[in-house]
Amino acid sequence: MFDRRFVQYFDWGLLGLALLLGCIGLVTLYSVVSAGEQTPEKMLVIKQLIWFCAGIVFMVLSFLFNYKFLDRWAHTIYAVCIFLLISVLFFGKYVSGSRRWLMIGPLSIQPSELIKIVVIIILAHYYSRHAYTRGFTLRELFKPTVLVIIPFLLIVRQPDLGTALLVLLIAGSMTVFVKIEKRAVLSIIGFCTIIIPLVWFFLKAYQKRRILTFLNPDRDPLGAGYHIIQSKIAIGSGMMTGKGYLKGTQNALSFLPEQHTDFIFSVFAEEWGFTGSLIVILIFLILIIWALNIAYGCRDPFGTILAVGISAMIFWQVVVNIGMVMGLMPVVGIPLPFISYGGSSIVTVMISIGFLINISMRRFILE
Amino acid sequence: MQGSEPANPTDRQNDVLGDVLSRYLKTADSEWYKQRIIGAIICALAVFAVLLIRLFFLQVLKGEEYSRLSENNSIRLQTIDAPRGMIFDRSGKLMVDNRPSFDVSIIPKDARPLGPTLDKLSKLLSVPKEELNSKVAGQTGILTYQPITLKQDIGRRSLAFVEVNKYDLPGIMVNVELRRLYIHKQAATHLLGYLGEINSAELKSGKYTNTRSGDLIGKYGAEKVFDNFLRGKRGGRQVEVNANGQVVKILKTVNARPGNNIYLTIDLEVQNKAEELLKDVLGAIVAIEPASGQILALASSPSFDQNAFVRGMSHGQWEAFIANPLKPLTNRAVQGEYPPASTYKILTAIAGLEEGVIDENTTFTCPGFYKFNNREYRCWKKGGHGTLSVVQAIAESCDVFFYQVGQGVGIDRLAWYARACGLGSRTGINLDNETQGLIPTAAWKKRRTGIEWQEGETLSVAIGQGFNLVTPLQMTGLISGLANDGIKYKPEILGRIETADGQVIKKTEPQVMGQMPISPKTMALVKEGLWRVVNSDRGTAKGARFPGIDISGKTGTAQVVSRKEDEDEPDEEDIPDHLKPHAWFVAYAPSADPKIAVAVVVEHGEHGSGAAAPIAREVIKAYLLKDQLGKRLLANGKEAAP
Repeated sequence: MFDRRFVQYFDWGLLGLALLLGCIGLVTLYSVVSAGEQTPEKMLVIKQLIWFCAGIVFMVLSFLFNYKFLDRWAHTIYAVCIFLLISVLFFGKYVSGSRRWLMIGPLSIQPSELIKIVVIIILAHYYSRHAYTRGFTLRELFKPTVLVIIPFLLIVRQPDLGTALLVLLIAGSMTVFVKIEKRAVLSIIGFCTIIIPLVWFFLKAYQKRRILTFLNPDRDPLGAGYHIIQSKIAIGSGMMTGKGYLKGTQNALSFLPEQHTDFIFSVFAEEWGFTGSLIVILIFLILIIWALNIAYGCRDPFGTILAVGISAMIFWQVVVNIGMVMGLMPVVGIPLPFISYGGSSIVTVMISIGFLINISMRRFILE
Repeated sequence: MQGSEPANPTDRQNDVLGDVLSRYLKTADSEWYKQRIIGAIICALAVFAVLLIRLFFLQVLKGEEYSRLSENNSIRLQTIDAPRGMIFDRSGKLMVDNRPSFDVSIIPKDARPLGPTLDKLSKLLSVPKEELNSKVAGQTGILTYQPITLKQDIGRRSLAFVEVNKYDLPGIMVNVELRRLYIHKQAATHLLGYLGEINSAELKSGKYTNTRSGDLIGKYGAEKVFDNFLRGKRGGRQVEVNANGQVVKILKTVNARPGNNIYLTIDLEVQNKAEELLKDVLGAIVAIEPASGQILALASSPSFDQNAFVRGMSHGQWEAFIANPLKPLTNRAVQGEYPPASTYKILTAIAGLEEGVIDENTTFTCPGFYKFNNREYRCWKKGGHGTLSVVQAIAESCDVFFYQVGQGVGIDRLAWYARACGLGSRTGINLDNETQGLIPTAAWKKRRTGIEWQEGETLSVAIGQGFNLVTPLQMTGLISGLANDGIKYKPEILGRIETADGQVIKKTEPQVMGQMPISPKTMALVKEGLWRVVNSDRGTAKGARFPGIDISGKTGTAQVVSRKEDEDEPDEEDIPDHLKPHAWFVAYAPSADPKIAVAVVVEHGEHGSGAAAPIAREVIKAYLLKDQLGKRLLANGKEAAP
């Protein structure tokens, strides 16, 4: 069973990148909790360290078995995860206006985090069987659309708009990757140009306001708009070299909201300046290209699409999060992978790294 | 990215169609995927380039500017509080308003140097320095950027001092806050209610939108019931401040939306009159417009000063307030449960007539007592009333007559009529903690005590004693229903709600709650009886007469302790005050076309005729005489009198 080539082909580089980013996250989190009295409790670093270690364990588990097992059991995995999403609506813990957490004994899990990987698996399963070079027709796209819409609506119900949006972005990227047939593209564009103004027309005034505020935080100068200004001040005031580790003032005075989760990059950028931020963004870019390279080297369609899906997931999370704190994107609650505080988030991303290693080390095995 | 489709049609002879089809349906292979992946990498590079350009722009090109802004944490949020809606009476007279209060606050981070600044301030405000220091102490981190209130409601004199010395007082601000002002001291207290700080349970409940900890919300009365209308929406502004904390630039403003104004159905003059009449006694008055169910006055005594709540009470004050045995916080008009006493005879008469137990010609003779099951049930008039018909029995409030009517009708049918006329259940008025009273039935007693109903108890119930309990509001409903020929309206305190700029957003319409089961014939007899209560020489409420206003009504004297069967009636002088009976009077006027119906209860007032009826008369006068209609009626009355 055990093949020496597993060790020979093992992707140490990817593992290194993941561990490096995880460490940057812990170091930044330490800065967040050490500043000021108003900041979250210091235990967060310990908790995050424990979650990170748990993430490493899950990562190892994720590359021990052959990833083709995921292909075979895709439907079951999908069904279980949907079941969890439904139960969260009924039994989930109610935290500040939404139900996202499922308590299983002492553990609380966030099924909406897991569903991101599960959607990637089920789409890879479907697309790898039906991909033609001409692309997918509308009829062929029906089933994957349903497969994505179900978890999407369940997450919207929680409500967790950030994750719901992310699921759409991931699924959309994967679909574009396996190519959509020209006529289908035209139909989709045509459909959207008709339906969007129509839906807009039927929306209530407050719903329109909410969407406009979402797209343009400046419309809410006391809420999201204010947060973005403070975030931009934090990032900008870092200048070339930064204020120095543990010396960020915006962070220390808690002018930033959610500075341990969604706005953690602002804290980092304030303290490490353009130099540090550039390096972190480049590390993310290298990681994404690395993941796409794994897809490139994989000779099995399922593995290829799976790796592309995971790359898309990491790509969108990084782009939406960093874009948001820099005022380029709407304000959505999407954590920065590896860096933001959050158990489910770190475990999910480590599992996906495990899958990438899994695909990478089995690339020599032919059917 | 487009995958290229290898198109090398070398074989021209064979089936072109099949070839096209197979090319078209070419399964994606590893080479094809590789091309798509290269496309994906190019996309990723392009997007990341945008991120990096933005990063460069913020940190390198604009770095200086943001760095300057970050030094003082110069961009701050200030809130703009929304004024709470005002409350008016039915004719637009202002009852509750907001007044400006000047509060001095400090932002510790901007008050540099802190010590000398507080020194100066303590002299200007004549507040000991220690007190100011203790408020500022212990604030660190972001809290030093938050204003801390040092003294609320400083006078105009202190305000002038502080404003003049503004530049010697860095970090000190004077804010104008709006405070609730109840214009007429202790007027309609229970109806208007008061405000209090929102508690964590209320915050969590989600019922109070746009609130945060520290906000004031309605805790009682109309302030509570209409809180969501009265409360406005807070606004705010993003400002840039200089090193002294002074605003140098307003970046963005979101205006506060003031709360809506409420017009109650209350008539302020009648209300004030009612309060005045109750000043030295315990009790309640409810006045209503029969044809709409609109409450004209609703008073409960003792009252309290709402403005004391505005200033904030100490814990001790609050405890003392709650422990007061007279229960000033209880709204006796809707929460007070009293035996209806003789006012209930109206119902016994209705039940008797409707059930055919008596008719207009039936007479009973009252020798001063009624013998039943070897027991003597007394009439309040020891010498007896002689022979009476139902109309006379109502006018003279003969107990013996109604003992026999009640006995004939039976307890359960009596209860059915009482309920059908609105007693024993909540009226649904828009006020908190309304009680439902109690209308007993045989089944109720069995369930409650396990003991069978005794026939003799029916007799007590028939004259409004025994288990019966009603609220003044329910009795108002009964008398106003009769005034209105049996149509019951839901009692309403809300007239309309307007936005701050005068747009009507809600207007209440009279809501019919049903028809009392009373035939026109019965109605006429009962009304005749009620008229005679006040207007015949032997009526029990001659004291309610007023030349020019034709009043009909019914007295009641509710025993606080039950009469023992063997005991002689004690002399009235011997009864201690707290055991004296409650006095009732229910009335409407003018009798022919009632414009107002009133219920009055005076706790331990002894006699309905003496204590309650004159009060009801005064309330009716206050309403009917104040407008043209009243003056005309008065004029007609004077002409008719001589």
